[in-house]
Amino acid sequence: MTNIVELLLPLFVGAPLLLGGILFVVPRHHPLQLIMGMGSLLALLGGAIVLLILTFDGTILVHQIALWPGGISIPFVADSFSSLILVVAAIVSVISFQYMIASGEAQSPFIASLVLILAGGVGGALLTADLFNLFVFIEVMLLPSYGLLLFLSRRGDMAASRLYVTVNLLASTLFLAGVGLIYAVQGTVNLAALAGAGDDPATAIATAVCLGALAVKAAVFPVHGWLARAYGSASPAVAALFSGLHTKVAVYIVYRISSVVFEGDGAWMTAIMVVAALTLAVGAFVALGESEIRPLMLFQMVSGIGFILIGVALFTPAGLTAGIVYMVHHMVVMASLLLIASAIEQTYGSGRLDRVAGLRTLLTAAFVISALSLAGLPPFSGFVAKYALVLASAGAGQVLIAGLLIIVSLLSLMSLMRVWADMFNGKRHKDVELLAAEERIRQREGLFDGVVIDSDAAAAEAARALEQHGPPRGVLASGDPHDHRGTRIPLRLVIPALMLSGLSVGLGFGGEFLLQLAEHASSALIDTSDYVEAVMGR
Amino acid sequence: MSLALSIGVLAAAGVFLVLQRGMIRIILGFVLLTHAVNLLIIAAGGVSRRDAPFFGGDTSQAADPLPQAFVLTAIVIAFAITVVLATFAVVGRRDDDTEDVNGSRSQNGVDGELEAQLDSEHESGGERR
Repeated sequence: MTNIVELLLPLFVGAPLLLGGILFVVPRHHPLQLIMGMGSLLALLGGAIVLLILTFDGTILVHQIALWPGGISIPFVADSFSSLILVVAAIVSVISFQYMIASGEAQSPFIASLVLILAGGVGGALLTADLFNLFVFIEVMLLPSYGLLLFLSRRGDMAASRLYVTVNLLASTLFLAGVGLIYAVQGTVNLAALAGAGDDPATAIATAVCLGALAVKAAVFPVHGWLARAYGSASPAVAALFSGLHTKVAVYIVYRISSVVFEGDGAWMTAIMVVAALTLAVGAFVALGESEIRPLMLFQMVSGIGFILIGVALFTPAGLTAGIVYMVHHMVVMASLLLIASAIEQTYGSGRLDRVAGLRTLLTAAFVISALSLAGLPPFSGFVAKYALVLASAGAGQVLIAGLLIIVSLLSLMSLMRVWADMFNGKRHKDVELLAAEERIRQREGLFDGVVIDSDAAAAEAARALEQHGPPRGVLASGDPHDHRGTRIPLRLVIPALMLSGLSVGLGFGGEFLLQLAEHASSALIDTSDYVEAVMGR
Repeated sequence: MSLALSIGVLAAAGVFLVLQRGMIRIILGFVLLTHAVNLLIIAAGGVSRRDAPFFGGDTSQAADPLPQAFVLTAIVIAFAITVVLATFAVVGRRDDDTEDVNGSRSQNGVDGELEAQLDSEHESGGERR
């Protein structure tokens, strides 16, 4: 069994790329697009789960491409850490794609192909153990992302896409320069062959160039500014997809490089600690000042990256375990919150806190669960993750960091409570109905977000909707402070977010299991000898 | 030494151009930057040994093939992304915030008035969000 799976490892990259390529020639509205797209993502998820089961006992699956001897070939490696992240990335892709189908965005040209190629790139980046190959797979991830940004741009505005491409090209160039420098010093870019090479100052600096480039991609303070702007004007579902994949892959590689090359060398980890602490504080503070739901969530995401990096900066078994648990939790919950923002923007045409109010649907349940989970309240996954992280920081003697984590969690809770108070609680004003009507007209006629709709047409559309929905059951429409007649968020847009928040509840109750998984993953990061042995084939 | 100097000059010129206004300058800056990095990788393999490893060449003096393979791949990728960037430079001309808006607008002549009108609509639409 293990041998066969090892041989099939390259399929995690090859199959999505091949199917994505085939889908380019399938006609745009052919049902095969969605069936094959969803089918392959589910197959990818299934494969990732098989990997997770096989690597659970500490087995490391290695495939040397073209069966060249270890150290010469490009190795594909699956250990419990990469399999765990691959599973969560596949879950986020499946559910984001489901949202795209529900919202009709998957009808745009080539969407299924682009998502599949993106998934293939993510698989490659998580499984490869060769730094140059990693650079190639990061580019494979980025190219379809540019396409997704372009095809699904809701504002018809290229400024954000330009920013995204420029920032990523700069980071990739820097990463490539780092890889070149590592080759110059060590004569190899095989991660396993570089094990422990961080003791040599020249290698350490060359690797730090790579880590700097990854920090840009992970949106770490002070290079986090691009994230909210670039993701802010993408289609919200794309933002959810990217949030689960791009930044987290960069963080995964930071974990891997810190453990294999630096072996948790104190000075470097202190540097990461400072940056991570700043990132998590700055993200939470900026989120407090945002007036739209999506930028608010995106800065929460920046803050979350800081939390995850604290785990690797501690570099104790407990710290790494907590960091990995936080990473899994954050991928799930952030995608859920961004999909909630998507559903609101898609229905009401605006994500402004002061324009949309009085949402009372199943979406409220999804929001409450995800928001409380992000803030770190029991019984959700956020509680397990934050509790473990605070304990680990205190256990490693970093009491200040532990305190900071708690304070920042309160700040996150505050900004999420603002969303609750403004958007979900509160009385629904007439304006909301007009906004929803304008959005419906825009979607019907395929207009971009900025286009101004004739106010008479919007008013007529709003009146029609109110008539259709009728007064609420059992309540007199007049004088009821919580009258919420009118446009509701369709159930199909709510289900993806509900599924993810359900997963967060599951991970909260199954915290023991999640911690166990993360412990297996972190033990491989602490002691990399098995990894090195497996990859070098010795 | 000449290789190091070339890398330095290319990187400096690239950084200078990337910091300029206008998408085309930024793209040219990235072209120079990627050239600098490609040269860096070639330099990483060592340039003193440059014989071919076949046709009876001395293998101890053979050039390192790996950096050349790296550079070949990197050139193709950088080329693809440059094309994407160039596409972004020409589509959606009105929202290019890297351009000096007032400077470029005045050169548009007849279209200027229409574009100004479109812009004001665009802005009033944008304010709502």
